[in-house]
Parts: sequence; C-alpha cells; structure tokens
Amino acid sequence: MPDASRHFDALPAAPGVGYKPQHYSAILADAAPVDWLEIHAENYMGDGGRPLAQLRALSERFAISVHGVGLSIGGEGPLDRDHLARLKRLCDWLQPASFSEHLAWSTHDSHFLNDLLPLPFTKATLARICAHIDQVQDSLGRQMLLENPSSYLAFTESTWEEPAFLDEVARRTGCGLLLDVNNVFVSATNLGFSPQGYINAFPLARVGEIHLGGHDEDEDDHGAPLLIDSHGRAVVDPVWALLDHTLARSGPRPLLVEWDNDVPDWPVLRDEAQRAADALAQVPA
Amino acid sequence: MTTEAAFRQALLDGAAPLPQGLVDGSGRPAGRRYDVYRNNIATSLGEALATGFPAVAKLLGEANFKAVAARYLRAEPPRSPRMMYYGSGFGDFLDGFEPLAKYPYLGDVARLEFALRESYHAADAAPLAAEALALDPEALMALRLQLAPTVRLLRSRFPVVSIWRFNMLPDSPKPAPVAEDALILRPEFDPVPHALPDGGATFLAALRADRTLGQAYEAALDQTPEFDLGAVLSLLLSGNALTDLKKGTP
Repeated sequence: MPDASRHFDALPAAPGVGYKPQHYSAILADAAPVDWLEIHAENYMGDGGRPLAQLRALSERFAISVHGVGLSIGGEGPLDRDHLARLKRLCDWLQPASFSEHLAWSTHDSHFLNDLLPLPFTKATLARICAHIDQVQDSLGRQMLLENPSSYLAFTESTWEEPAFLDEVARRTGCGLLLDVNNVFVSATNLGFSPQGYINAFPLARVGEIHLGGHDEDEDDHGAPLLIDSHGRAVVDPVWALLDHTLARSGPRPLLVEWDNDVPDWPVLRDEAQRAADALAQVPA
Repeated sequence: MTTEAAFRQALLDGAAPLPQGLVDGSGRPAGRRYDVYRNNIATSLGEALATGFPAVAKLLGEANFKAVAARYLRAEPPRSPRMMYYGSGFGDFLDGFEPLAKYPYLGDVARLEFALRESYHAADAAPLAAEALALDPEALMALRLQLAPTVRLLRSRFPVVSIWRFNMLPDSPKPAPVAEDALILRPEFDPVPHALPDGGATFLAALRADRTLGQAYEAALDQTPEFDLGAVLSLLLSGNALTDLKKGTP
C-alpha cells in the first residue's frame, strides 16, 4: 500500500529510471520496480488531467527527481520568469527529492528550440551561469544539480576545461552536480579526450546523481566517429565500464537510466536498472 | 567569439553559413558536427507536431505532413518550453498554406486537435451533480451555469468531428458534407469531441458569456426553433462539463 505520509528528502543511492507514461501501469503492477523515478519538469506544467494525477500517485510510492530541460540556464538572456514560477509551483506541490537542470541553453529571443545547446566556457559564461543558478536556487528555496553536457563540437574561445568549469560553478553557487557518464563518453569520443581522465578531474564529491543512457553512432566530415546522445537504445558496455570507473572513485550514488526515444517495454528498462544495481553492488559503501 | 545569436541563426536555416569559432577536437572547423543540433531541433519539433496532430498527419500522409511540419516549425518555432502547447497556430498556418488550398478543412481539424490537447491538460474541477438542476422551470431558467475548464467549443463549416473520427477511430462512418460545431468534453482524463446539434454552439457561447440558462435557450431557439435543450444539458452533465451554478443575473 502506498504510504501517503512517506517523505523522500533525498534520492537513494540506488537505481532509478526516467519515467515514461506508457510504463505507468507496469510500474505500479511490478512488485519490485525501481527505487526512484525522474520526470521532465516541462511535461508536468499543465493545469491538471492525467499527467498530474499519475504523478501524484507515483510520488506516494517513489522518490521523484524533477529534471528540467527548458530553463536555458546557459542562455545569454535573463531566465524566463514565468517558467521559473511554474517550476517553483511544481516543486512546491510535489516536494521532489531532487531538482536538476543542464549546462546548456535552449531559448533565444523568446524562441524555445527544444534542444540542449552548447556554450563556451569563459569568464563571461561562468559569471552568467552562476547568476542564473543563484536565481534558481533562491527562487526554489533548494539546492539544484547541474548536469554536464554531451558535446559535438568545441568553441575556440573556451578558456576552461569542462570539469574545472563545473567545479567552479558548484563552488561559487553551492549547487551540486549531475554527472552523466554517457555524456562524458560521447563528448570524449567526439572531441578526442580520455573519458577516464575527465572523470578523474571531475569533482566527484559534489555529484548528487549519475545518469546513464544510450547513444547513436555517426561520422564527422573526416570519417571520425561522431556519437549522438539520443537516449534511444541500451547503454553500451564502454559506458558501463566508465560507470564502474566512476563509482570506484565516488562511492555509491543515485543512478538513473534514461531512455526517451524508441521507448522499450517496461521489462527491458527494468533490466537496465538491474544492471545499474549490479554495478552499485560492487561498490564499497 | 561565437554569439548565441549567431549560433541560433543557422539552426533553423539550412542555407545559412555556419557560425564561426566552432571546431572539432583537433581545431578543425566543426562542419557537419553543427548539423547534429539542426537535426535534433527539426526532428524533435517535427515529432512534437506529428504527435500533437495525428489526424492531420493521417489526412496528409507521413511524407506530406513532414514537409508541411518542416515549413511550420521554421515559421513558428515554440515560444515556451511547455511543448504540450506547441502548435496553437498550426490551424491558421494550414489555412494560409497555398499548396493545401484544395483541402480547406485541414485548419479546422488542426484546431480541433489542439483544443483536445488543451482539454487534456486543463485543470480538474469537481462536477455538478445532475440533481442540482432538479428545479422548477422558472428557477432553472434563471441559473447561470459554470462550464468546466476542460470544455472547448469549435465552430466549423466542415464536418470536423466526423472527419476526426473517421481518421482516428476504427469503423467510423465516412463524413457527410455538413457543417459541424464541435464540443469537447473531458469526463475524466480523456477528452472526447462531440458534434453539437444545430443551435448548440450558440447556446454554449451564451453560457460562456455568463448569460442565464433562459437567455441562452432563447438565443438557441432564435437560431434553431427545434433546439433540444434537454439533450444538450444531458450531454454536458454526462461529460462532467458543469462545475457550478449561480442564481440570478450578474
């Protein structure tokens, strides 16, 4: 029986999955599903109806992580105040165990582009991202986690390495970090750096959540591999290995499997979560 | 320096030159790496439209719909991160899209689908019990009825509901060439479009304008002498479309 008095103040260091509405009945019918669920904030910004009713029911049984994809924290312009207010309403109502967003931008001149777009790592972008995160944390009254991007290209003007940039943002704002190891693998392959080296340079003590997901393979103009962060298939073995490398250094963390496109039936996603559980089981607490 | 404006400029314009200052890991120009973002955006917005307008997509066929959606998403990119409300202008866009001028009903079908989506996400409200209307005729006619936030009304000169049903529900009859005003009701979580009887849209528009039941009934009778008040009230009650009543004039 769901216990409505149960509160989830933090995500457990256990596997969770990105929640898809088509899995609703299967998750509730599963005697041993996962420990927590992540939702995309923007999908629950309607005024009522089935999405909010299902979320209310799930929140009685599972810790929920709210993951924003539309705040445009890395954008040049000011944050969209209406959107921030909607986010606050959702968090005040749901009282999620965690809120996270991306080191990226998606809105320019009031056009929302529905993708996580890249930015250079400079003194100027550092200052504006910190200002935006201060504004978000003040507004929501909670700490947020900031996620590392998947990169397909680099900016000549960047003066910071990504792990150091994220560390500095976290140090200045007090935010935590969300480490997506698939993004690390994708970026490392695409830009020719060592994914293990990235993890070794990453401020793991600040990591409140780890993401895993699948990617697609393409090629650039020179025939070099170009990986696309598609979230449309199973996590590949080298990413699982990178997870092991990470967990050995970070200790146990909440682990999320994301599968957003070509979404499989529930048992397939649950098997991925089980593999994450197996990875966690090998880590000394 | 690569400004956000420069990066944004080429995202929805395949002919625009690539922004400067973007490179691969060895410092060579980024080239088609930038296209990943172009593809992501065109694909995700196109899929959002296909998901949001399944009847229009079926009417046009996959390839045609993709071509039209590609034009629309460049003309009107989303204005909000709430993608559930993307496409509010798609019906008007279709009305003005010259290559589809032979299919003038497409705009209304798109508006119906958008209204269904609005209804799906509209606020919940406790419905009025049928007994609340068990009053003597004079008291009943003096009531002003509050419609639920889930109710949507769409007037059409095409058989818009029948066209939608024919494309979305198996075994639906072929649409007859008559005008249909659509009423969308959401009994619980799933919105349902109904074709209103003659006079129904006038009646509902009057209710929405906070007229009394008697005034709304008269307006409907003026237009349609055989207007069946009981049938429309039953439809509203069955769809949990009434949430409150007020007595007397405002």
